[in-house]
Amino acid sequence: MANNKVTDQKKAYQSKVMMLLKSDKGGSILIAFLLALAVVVPVCNLMVPESSALYMPTYIVVLLGKYLCFALLALALDLVWGYCGILSLGHAAFFALGGYAMGMYLMRQVGDRGVYGNPELPDFMVFLDWQALPWYWFGFDQFWFAMLMVVVVPGLLAYVFGWLAFRSRVTGVYLSIMTQALTYALLLAFFRNEMGFGGNNGLTDFKDILGFNLQEDLTRVMLFLATVVCLVLSYLACRYIVRSKMGRVVVAVRDAESRVRFLGYRVEHYKLWIFTFSAMLAGIAGALYVPQVGIINPGEFSPLNSIELVVWVALGGRGTLYGAIIGALVVNYAKTYFTGAFPEVWLFALGGLFVVVTLLLPKGIIGLIEKQSGRFSKKRKIKSKDEALPASESKQALQRNQT
Amino acid sequence: MKTLQRIQEVMRRDRVFDFVVAKDPLASPLLDTSHGPILYLEDVSVSFDGFKALNKLTLYIDDGELRCIIGPNGAGKTTMMDVITGKTRPDEGSVYFGQRLNLTRMSEPEIAQAGIGRKFQKPTVFEALSCFENLELAMDLDKRVWPSLTQRLNGEQSDRIDEVLQKIGLLSLRGDPGERLSHGQKQWLEIGMLLMQNPRLLLVDEPVAGMTHQEMDQTAELLTSLAGQHSVVVVEHDMEFVRSIARKVTVLHEGSVLAEGDMDTVANDQKVIEVYLGE
Repeated sequence: MANNKVTDQKKAYQSKVMMLLKSDKGGSILIAFLLALAVVVPVCNLMVPESSALYMPTYIVVLLGKYLCFALLALALDLVWGYCGILSLGHAAFFALGGYAMGMYLMRQVGDRGVYGNPELPDFMVFLDWQALPWYWFGFDQFWFAMLMVVVVPGLLAYVFGWLAFRSRVTGVYLSIMTQALTYALLLAFFRNEMGFGGNNGLTDFKDILGFNLQEDLTRVMLFLATVVCLVLSYLACRYIVRSKMGRVVVAVRDAESRVRFLGYRVEHYKLWIFTFSAMLAGIAGALYVPQVGIINPGEFSPLNSIELVVWVALGGRGTLYGAIIGALVVNYAKTYFTGAFPEVWLFALGGLFVVVTLLLPKGIIGLIEKQSGRFSKKRKIKSKDEALPASESKQALQRNQT
Repeated sequence: MKTLQRIQEVMRRDRVFDFVVAKDPLASPLLDTSHGPILYLEDVSVSFDGFKALNKLTLYIDDGELRCIIGPNGAGKTTMMDVITGKTRPDEGSVYFGQRLNLTRMSEPEIAQAGIGRKFQKPTVFEALSCFENLELAMDLDKRVWPSLTQRLNGEQSDRIDEVLQKIGLLSLRGDPGERLSHGQKQWLEIGMLLMQNPRLLLVDEPVAGMTHQEMDQTAELLTSLAGQHSVVVVEHDMEFVRSIARKVTVLHEGSVLAEGDMDTVANDQKVIEVYLGE
């Protein structure tokens, strides 16, 4: 009889654990929403006639695509910050590097249709009177090579930087400052014409991607769909990592780093791989961003961008993955609205937002929603738990809680 | 002359080099306790900004022994643990685990994987993870990055975790996060994590702080049952607790050993009474 109870209890717990692992309600809703967008947007843009009230103008498609790129970037930051506790203030650098890799491919696709009509060199190189293509531009006329570089370049930078930083156990605010310095250094470097990335103006005037005209509605919708697909796949990949044992080790590192070391884990290796993977995701986000907005310039390396990114994640709620995506969408929508309606107010609103989130909503929007809906279900949970336990055991548990 | 000696040393016929020894996959391959002691601390000194936390400390722990270490505040008990687990590097002296493993040259994870587990003075469990997950992370499985991505517990392994949960009395709190536990429960959870690690040597820093008398008795029982298969080193302030478990006690004072022996001998030692018990 007692044995039976124990196994029943065990089964109940097992199913609970399974449910905990599988239950990602927020994420499921979010993915359903994204997939719905992937159907609604093409239909409303391409199939509905322009005169209809349901017609979605192309600029909105582009705007939504941009938001989703930012959402992917926020997801990448949440993985390192929310789960591993590495507050990177330079994640926009990886985003921009991915963007530059894509920009270089698009630049090479221009061919002899540039202002100067040079079949070999991009316009800015002709302008600078360069005679030949620099070696690091080789290969970027191939789409597959450019796509490879989109993940390899940010990944490699993150790997080298992380290897140096984590091995010497640089943590906390010192690491944040170093990442900030990293993105600032890249900003200054990319501003220089001698670097061969278009200097101040960056790369722009793109014509087409894989042979499709970038100005056409169909191409823009396709880019939007590609962004949705990448975001959903990245979300699932992050979710897989977070649910695996690796995810639990990483959370443990966030909460008690030295304790994890004494359990026999090489903390710096875990940090390094999470950081590198996150940088790769950021690179993909940048590569999707550039063809949609049509330009990449050194301004994307600006430290301010990275800080704004942190605000998105903090507002949405870190350590939940979907919270970061919601945060990015909400803040960017607010930014579009405010900069249109009251342009002078936006920066104050952003600053105020950060203060409010830090003081009142430490767990962000998600935390707020959970708190509201949790009040009811928590009561129910406690009740059912008392019933599930034999009387003596619950008494013991009570005593234990008191001591 | 020196070279000649060195050559003779290398050519000695009774010497067996590490690489010649066949590895036993069951036991920790390099741990050799054939001479008795499992842990050797010899002339270990550590100083922080001129303050000598350890001063030529020499200490041997036998395989399977349960040893209590006592001493007034600042005697160097925690520093000694830090040296053994690789957190602090000694300025001089040698620290060996078995005959061959030089702990001063190993990193914290390497030392942990070689078979030394540690419970901290302040209980540190992973607050965001459930009791079950806390134990899962401590379990002696592959701890490299890539295997951890696909690792799943099989039935036998999760049964083992449940057994330990039963042993430490937290089975009913299996899925609860560590932050909800009381101080005493955290202590127990951390002891459970040590058990999951299955180390050859357990270093336990103040295990009964914040426990009730009943819990203390249970802890004493658990620790004494562990001795034999494992070697256990307990640092504790609570003299009553030490008296209840100790067979051999070492008293530290100002970074070196003041006295060693069974509880009665130590308690009657004049020097010990002066610095510690007499207070």
